[in-house]
Amino acid sequence: MMKVKIGKIKLKNPVMTASGTFGYAKEFEKLVNLKHIGAIITKTITLNPRQGNPMPRICEASAGMLNAIGLQNEGIDNFLKEKMPYLSKIGAPIIVSISGNNIDEFFILARRLDKIKSISGIELNISCPNINCEGLVAQDTKETYEVVKAVRKITDKTIITKLSPNVTDIVGIAKAAENAGSDAVSLVNTFLGMAIDIDTRKPKLGNITGGLSGPCIKPIALRMVYEASKNINIPVIGIGGIMNANDAIEFMIAGATAIQVGTANFIKPGVCGKIVKGIEAYLKKHKIEKIEDIIGNLKI
Amino acid sequence: MSLDAPYIARAAKPGQFVQIRCNDSFEPLLRRPFSIHRVKGEGSRVKDIEILYEVVGKGTEILAGKKEGDFIDVLGPLGNGFILPRTTNHERRTTNSEPRAIIIAGGIGAAPLVYLAEELTKKKIKTIILIGAKTKNLILCEKDFKKATPEVYISTDDGTYGSQGFVSKLFHKILKTTESKFETIVYVCGPHGMLKCIVDICQERKFECHASLEEKMACGIGVCLGCAVKTKSGIKLACKDGPVFNASELIW
Repeated sequence: MMKVKIGKIKLKNPVMTASGTFGYAKEFEKLVNLKHIGAIITKTITLNPRQGNPMPRICEASAGMLNAIGLQNEGIDNFLKEKMPYLSKIGAPIIVSISGNNIDEFFILARRLDKIKSISGIELNISCPNINCEGLVAQDTKETYEVVKAVRKITDKTIITKLSPNVTDIVGIAKAAENAGSDAVSLVNTFLGMAIDIDTRKPKLGNITGGLSGPCIKPIALRMVYEASKNINIPVIGIGGIMNANDAIEFMIAGATAIQVGTANFIKPGVCGKIVKGIEAYLKKHKIEKIEDIIGNLKI
Repeated sequence: MSLDAPYIARAAKPGQFVQIRCNDSFEPLLRRPFSIHRVKGEGSRVKDIEILYEVVGKGTEILAGKKEGDFIDVLGPLGNGFILPRTTNHERRTTNSEPRAIIIAGGIGAAPLVYLAEELTKKKIKTIILIGAKTKNLILCEKDFKKATPEVYISTDDGTYGSQGFVSKLFHKILKTTESKFETIVYVCGPHGMLKCIVDICQERKFECHASLEEKMACGIGVCLGCAVKTKSGIKLACKDGPVFNASELIW
């Protein structure tokens, strides 16, 4: 009833955890039944360890939060040694999020992950707004195409390309990912934003700007998912302020084949399980046999 | 504020904290961290926890409006908690000196320290308490601390109560006038500047010092990496590796 497919990955339900909001799953083992999650996407890993951005790294916004963590992580060697053994045992598909400073780094990371059986897929984080470089890969169709193409060459595993909302034409970028061989696109990453303490006149984030997430971005994310899914033929994974089952269903009606839960994990650590149950209840209530029947089924 | 939370109360240790969702709406969105101020009851009848907070923003304003019998969503206990002094000769580094704890509270920093003082006295560890605040009416928990130990000293920045000056000045004075046959371990919580002063004094004197830090948090469970703290062994998280840190590890 709840099964969906993203590339080669068969998900028992469409609820995935968004990268960077679920750690490496172990942190949640006492708070949620990990087996019941459709797929787990890890915190983004990079080739070399990254310290991340200066403090403060988070602040609250109206119905949302800003973060500028800066992809703090221990690097791929440590990830494979310390985190992967636990992830392998969970029993839910594991998708590893990766980011690189250039195409070569994406390629090397994908090559190493390709060899590991218990990894079902790779999410290409080409849209983190908090790393210090000029523009994002996901803001340029050519660069998006090249990164995806390079990774496609080295792996047959499912590739999900995570897109940025900080663009004028989301469809163009989504098409570039599709043309380069991505199995799916996930959108959206956070919106670039900022906040200022008016008493000290200092920015509230050490990085000055950061990524806005949470319920406040949902309508914009929903519109982007709708636009992208109408214009490409690969699955779209909807992300952006999903707090409950109703939000998740809205994204699916807009065209998402699956959804990712992000900021909500910080507030209600058991929320993914509740969303799965809520979607099931919705299908029953409306006598819908397969969840696929609601995907993109917007009545206009 | 007292919360009927038997699971948290039984599992809690001094220095740990809880994450409270102040209301069910999206405003404010994130949980707010509060240290566990006290745990009430004895043995298996332990069931309540108390939090002590100052109204500083939206979240605490909402909490202040709660009435008896209201439900709130509390996640915890979280974090590492204070390491208590080693009480047996076998555990101690130097076997010939008894342990002595000095607790130093600055303003609302008293919040996690009452629970600690109670536990230390239960373990019959000699405990001295210093409370500092800007002015008289901001001196918190004097009575509770005095219940735990008679040795409570107070200072206010403006001299309206106790001795005049920062609590670090009082700390200096106490160290001069008390015996030093003990192996001293210092526990401190308070504003950043005050922490730094106390930690410096401890380093001069080679005292073990444990500081409880307050950081902005989102998740509280080591996932968002928002509450990063710089230490000599790399970036640590206040929520998971802390909130209590061995002061000699911290980079200021």
